[in-house]
Amino acid sequence: MRTRDVLRFARDAGAGYPLRTSLSILAMAIGVAAVVVLTALGDGARRYVVAQFTSLGTNLVIVIPGRTATGGFNPANTITRTPRDLTVEDAAAVLRLPGVQRASPLAAGNSEISVGGRLREVLAIGVAQPYVEIRNFQLQQGTFIPDMDWSRTLPVAVIGAKLREELFPGQAAVGQFMRVGDRRVRIIGVLKPSGQGLGMNTDELVFLPVALAQALFDSNTLFRILVEARSRNHIEGVKQEVATLLKARHGGEEDVTVITQDAMLATFDKLLRALTAAVAGIAAISLAVAGILVMNVMLVAVTQRTGEIGLLKALGAEARTIRHAFLAEAGMLSLFGAIAGYLLGQLATFALRQAYPAYPAYAPDWAVAAALVTALTTGLLFGIMPAQRAARMDPVQALMKH
Amino acid sequence: MALIELAGIERVFRLGDADVHALAGIDLSIDSGEYVAIMGQSGSGKSTMLNLLGLLDRPNTGTYHLEGRDVTTLSPDEQAAVRSRRIGFVFQSFHLVPRLTAAENIALPMSLAGIPPAERDRRVAKALKDFGLDNRADHRPDELSGGQRQRVAIARATIMHPALLLADEPTGNLDRATGEEVIHLLETLNQSGVTLIIVTHDHNLGARAARHLVMEDGRLTSDSRRPASADFSS
Repeated sequence: MRTRDVLRFARDAGAGYPLRTSLSILAMAIGVAAVVVLTALGDGARRYVVAQFTSLGTNLVIVIPGRTATGGFNPANTITRTPRDLTVEDAAAVLRLPGVQRASPLAAGNSEISVGGRLREVLAIGVAQPYVEIRNFQLQQGTFIPDMDWSRTLPVAVIGAKLREELFPGQAAVGQFMRVGDRRVRIIGVLKPSGQGLGMNTDELVFLPVALAQALFDSNTLFRILVEARSRNHIEGVKQEVATLLKARHGGEEDVTVITQDAMLATFDKLLRALTAAVAGIAAISLAVAGILVMNVMLVAVTQRTGEIGLLKALGAEARTIRHAFLAEAGMLSLFGAIAGYLLGQLATFALRQAYPAYPAYAPDWAVAAALVTALTTGLLFGIMPAQRAARMDPVQALMKH
Repeated sequence: MALIELAGIERVFRLGDADVHALAGIDLSIDSGEYVAIMGQSGSGKSTMLNLLGLLDRPNTGTYHLEGRDVTTLSPDEQAAVRSRRIGFVFQSFHLVPRLTAAENIALPMSLAGIPPAERDRRVAKALKDFGLDNRADHRPDELSGGQRQRVAIARATIMHPALLLADEPTGNLDRATGEEVIHLLETLNQSGVTLIIVTHDHNLGARAARHLVMEDGRLTSDSRRPASADFSS
């Protein structure tokens, strides 16, 4: 039998049972759409995080107080439990390292601010002047914290755009005074709205000189030191230099963790890729289920069309022809299911992107390809058994079932 | 030369513990162009005989020569090729594919045999005309009368120009007048050279054939042309 005739025969056979055919196409479509949508969510999360990290700055090396367990067992950890504070002096020493372009200490804490009787809880960040360049912040009005001795507690503040709108609706904020904790500070700048920045919305932050923030929080320790290497090639060197320097400054103890933005990015990237692959795997189960459904439908079709199979054999159809006809039907169910599922999935991710513009929900190409290939293979694979059953049928027995 | 040559054919079915001889000691020769009726009660083995002649079933022992060729030893696919080219079937219940139109049903053996569409269309058009189905080409079986359905089935059975036409109770599902019409059609085909074998338990129908074979318990008990060979079992 010619291939075109086999395909036409299979198509007509499928079209002869519209409900059953459309249900199995739907099952396959849902399977494929599930893979497309779930991997779009997973990969969207990855892209989102990567974008967030990139917005932190470029060539970043970050110093975190305390030792994370990633360095393996260190005997020093068993002797002393409390790490030394990470101090402004440490940050100043880091700044003098050769590969370092910029560095800024960073202290953070919750604080209460008040303007004209209005109270608000905010996250206050103590930084030095280089911070604005490291983070590449743009100012809407005024200036950032001035380049000055990091130990000075100059009573000035820079606020985020959203905070400005809340505290000074419809009026200039620069030059105004506000209370932060028990200090009275003058606002010298307002940041442009950005909304970016991993976990904290910079539009709602108050930036203070680091010494002022530490005095406010009554603490000497820093939350982070942000370091910008001279270039991408300097990142690893700077990481080593910073680690060595701080170990020396802390009496030979490795009580800080130095991470690079690249490494962090790579970790998150790896993690979220694994997550995407995992959800793809879970969604693939629904494809297997759809495959089994196709098999079920084909088995029913074989039983229902037993008489027809007998007739085809009487009319001179070879076993191969009958096998091909049923396989083609199973293949068509899978193919149309896969196409419908692909379109459904693209539609769903499009809707997601419309609803959440910040979230780049695009299904990765490998997932789409894998979903389509899996759909077709499971459909054909599960189609083999029913097709064999049809092809092996005894024509006399089959003809009697009419 | 004989079209069909059966020698020592046995067909045994196993039913539970017992062996049932559906066909036993069949020796038979049918010449090309004959008109044969196989008659007998139900269970006499006439259907098994028809299945065997149509290469749908294989004997346990014995040989079957069709057009001088031993077809008992052929592989299933080789037998399918013989069915496709040399044998046409007409069934009591028509056996039309319900989702295909009359024209598509008639074309089915040709598309199974891989005949090009242009040739198929040409032959189908001729068959529709010959069998008086011109204006029924695009009707599905459920839109056709019983007589029309059987005419479509006969057109399908002869579209590959077979040497042998096997009809199993071809009038069984038809009223008297329509049945008469269908038999007349089959006889016309026989007169044009096709060997016609009809299986029936209807004596009126059987009587029309030039040669009568009567079966009982899997044996040929009477052959109207060779009565001497029919009595060896009794």
